[in-house]
Amino acid sequence: MSDFTSEVWGIYIALITLVSIIACAVLLKALSTKRAAPSQQVGTTGHTWDEDLTEWNHPLPRWWMWLFYITIVFSLVYLVLYPGLGSYAGYFGWSSQGQYQQERSKAAAAYNPIFDRFLKQDIKAVAADAEARQMGQRLFLTYCAQCHGSDAGGARGFPNLRDQDWLYGGDPETIKASIANGRNGVMPALGAVVGGDEGAKDVAHYVLSLSGRTHDSLRASRGKSTFNTVCAACHGADGKGNPALGAPNLTDNIWLYGGSEKTIIETVMKGRRADTAAAGATATAMPAHKDFLDEGKIHLLAAYVWGLSSVDK
Amino acid sequence: MNTTSGHALIEKNLGLLIILMILVVSVGGLVEIVPLFFQKSTTQPVAGLKPYTPLQLSGRDIYIREGCNNCHSQMIRPFRAETERYGHYSVAGEFVYDHPFLWGSKRTGPDLARVGLRYSDEWHRVHLANPRDVVPESNMPAYAWLERAPLNAADLPAKMRALRALGVPYTDEEIAKAAESVKGRTEMDAVIAYLQGLGTVLRNVR
Repeated sequence: MSDFTSEVWGIYIALITLVSIIACAVLLKALSTKRAAPSQQVGTTGHTWDEDLTEWNHPLPRWWMWLFYITIVFSLVYLVLYPGLGSYAGYFGWSSQGQYQQERSKAAAAYNPIFDRFLKQDIKAVAADAEARQMGQRLFLTYCAQCHGSDAGGARGFPNLRDQDWLYGGDPETIKASIANGRNGVMPALGAVVGGDEGAKDVAHYVLSLSGRTHDSLRASRGKSTFNTVCAACHGADGKGNPALGAPNLTDNIWLYGGSEKTIIETVMKGRRADTAAAGATATAMPAHKDFLDEGKIHLLAAYVWGLSSVDK
Repeated sequence: MNTTSGHALIEKNLGLLIILMILVVSVGGLVEIVPLFFQKSTTQPVAGLKPYTPLQLSGRDIYIREGCNNCHSQMIRPFRAETERYGHYSVAGEFVYDHPFLWGSKRTGPDLARVGLRYSDEWHRVHLANPRDVVPESNMPAYAWLERAPLNAADLPAKMRALRALGVPYTDEEIAKAAESVKGRTEMDAVIAYLQGLGTVLRNVR
């Protein structure tokens, strides 16, 4: 039961604590002298310096002494009510863990009904509710803004959540699944498969052509056949991507890591898969949140994120 | 009154005065510090706690070198406002392999006691190179050179032996392989490995 390796330690603490409190009282009593009557001469401390210089031995001020006695009484009352005397838990049985649990259950009683009410609703209905959006925004700023930005605009490697472009699909249930289970890109390093640096450059120019960016048409036409045999499996023959795999649409000119020739070559050569990407590759991953956010919060967050692109237009 | 003579005795014997003063001053430490060494919750690791890997250990030293602990605490207090944001409150048994612990009390940046696995490795890489790239409001300095600085592993075995003397259960084999295991890694890798391990032993659903 006791946290101490030996019960002796509880007694040791209690004993020293009580003895020192009593010692304070005894010392105070022993050093206090009676106030001298007006007619009486106050004694001196007995020292004499420089032939005739002496020191009055006035009693301690009464108010100061009484404050000291009050603190001694307070400490004894405290030790009866609260933990302090070794292993004795105190009359109130207070503990910081207990206080924390109390705080949590109070908050649960106040907030759980609100979360439960929204949890019963469809995500689209929640997204239409102003109160839910407000709660969702607070949650977003606490748990999501570090990567996706406080305006949900994203950053390089961290998707923009305000636009209509979704890697894994933008319907409410898919967003909820992304938050709960996390997402990890699967773009492998394909340098060897596409034929080294030159091959990667050809493919990159074909990819550039898909979204109408400036490209070398000769290289693009060379890259096209490689694209169809290697890349199309995930990105589709038309390059429009596959949300089931999180393969991005390459035709919409929206880029997670950047759409320059150099960046696309890097993507092809090194991959964008967080757990297997080659050294020096930028590859982000969305952590799973179901282990540290309950469903009520994830539901509200999904509604907020879905609402960013589908309600606020 | 005899108190006056006692007073005189103490005042005129410096040695006695010193001894009595030490006795009085040590009471607080005897009651509040000494028993901590004989408490299970402060001396035994929580279930699942592992000593830092050589890479994490190097990262921890870089964390200290760069003064991260000046702005980031590693101590989540048992208040709902903190556990909602950071996760389960910190317990003493999580820090038995930390010499010294980096609890801190000043939070210019957020608490990092449970930052482990909260973000992807790449987030840390981007964020350490330039925090503004992901958090535009951030006032944290950039630590871009960590990516270019090769990890110095020469003192790792000595460091691990010193920690073993303090009770961290490193085996001879681990110490012998330490330098080899961090070969070719950068200081950035080390710091990220350290951060990603922080506080992952206790998890809770908020």
